[in-house]
Amino acid sequence: MMIKTTKKMLAAFAISLIAATPGLAQQTAANVDPAAVDKMFGQMFGKATPEWQARVTQDETQKICSQTKNEPSPADFDRIVAREKANVVMPADGNVMGDWKAGRNVAQRGTGGQFSDAAGTFQGGNCYACHQLSKAELSFGNLGPSLLTYGKDRKYDPVEARNAYAKIYNAQSVMACSTMPRFGHTKFLTEQQIKDVVAYLFDPESPVNK
Amino acid sequence: MVLSQACLAAIFSTSMAAAQPADDSEKEIERYRAMINDPMANPGYLAVDRGEALWAQKRGEKNVSLEACDLGEGPGKLEGAFAKLPRYFKDTDKVMDLEQRLLHCMTSLQGLDTKDVIARRFGGPGRESDMEGLVAFIANKSNDMTYQPQASHPKEVEMQAMGEALFNRRGGQMDFSCATCHAVEGKRIRLQGLPDLSKPGKQAQETLGSWPTYRVSQSQTRTMQHRLWDCYRQMRHPAPEYASDGVTALTAYMVKAASGGVINVPSIKR
Repeated sequence: MMIKTTKKMLAAFAISLIAATPGLAQQTAANVDPAAVDKMFGQMFGKATPEWQARVTQDETQKICSQTKNEPSPADFDRIVAREKANVVMPADGNVMGDWKAGRNVAQRGTGGQFSDAAGTFQGGNCYACHQLSKAELSFGNLGPSLLTYGKDRKYDPVEARNAYAKIYNAQSVMACSTMPRFGHTKFLTEQQIKDVVAYLFDPESPVNK
Repeated sequence: MVLSQACLAAIFSTSMAAAQPADDSEKEIERYRAMINDPMANPGYLAVDRGEALWAQKRGEKNVSLEACDLGEGPGKLEGAFAKLPRYFKDTDKVMDLEQRLLHCMTSLQGLDTKDVIARRFGGPGRESDMEGLVAFIANKSNDMTYQPQASHPKEVEMQAMGEALFNRRGGQMDFSCATCHAVEGKRIRLQGLPDLSKPGKQAQETLGSWPTYRVSQSQTRTMQHRLWDCYRQMRHPAPEYASDGVTALTAYMVKAASGGVINVPSIKR
């Protein structure tokens, strides 16, 4: 709760800072009609199947984050967080911890969901593309923060594990316009896969906490 | 006191150890790039030669070459044409990139059915791409010149702004936009460095100044059309239409950021 409040305050502070800086506030693309952008985008992907078309049709959150370059107004920030929070589906059995070894596999693999993938290709979370997670894996990206010793740092608190599940399920339920995918909300990862990643973060035996 | 010092040292060395391999591999990648960046050994120049022959080859219903094609600098004038593309063309009342303009010339000038050319838009094993050859040949004619993004016509300004909007447009199952990876300096996916293409500067200049390029991993000369196609694949979007206005808009936006950047193509990359 404490951490959540602080995070929110920080985010609000960051936004007020940005808003106070001339030229940085609401950097929408200069004078373009969103309908014209949609039309051009539609032509660009005009021959895609209806299923693909549906996937790239923007929801309200994507629209606001795109138009504000991920810097929504404080009011939009709150609206997005409230809406995305309502989308989070926690596991019915109340257990958010899966198998950390399976979670490592989800974190390592970046396959699935590409137009070049065969149907049924394993869909990975590709966490390492953006995050450092264990000391042993040196090939990690830095678009996201390091998650080294994530569970250990939180004293393996079950409440924090539930927060992590919600964050992975829908990152924008915590931080509006976060660049992190909403893995559960868009059904890119299954409930079990998210549980496994939570275990990878929170199991004391996981390399993340070693 | 001693304990806290030891703790600090441990933290420091851990973070150093974490940073070290990335820096080392970045250096190794730089070394590799310098090693392969030799025009005499760059297979991309085979595509340039192929493009030169295609430019002069009589084809289509009218059985003429492309030599009267106007790429913006006047019919048949190739020097510096690429450095000013995409740009507005009066005859089509459109802003076009090089690929769009070439396809237009094939249709209107040569009377060529471009179906087969588009089917072979990206080369592969046993499949040579006319477009990759032509683009490499024409872009090479702007070598040592700088990108001069065109903004004298309102449609050119509009195209750059549309490109900016598309660059920031989040969508798909991963909520990705181009900006997810290319709007901050010093970021990586795994160990792959990501150029910041969201603002004018060296990174945009160096990136745009080195496309088209010979991709060693693909054994093909690739153009920005292919790079963006590949980006959208990784963004979990459908495949963008070849030579669509959206690709031109994104290119116009990136060329704007690359203004003043020196062109040296085809380059050679991983």
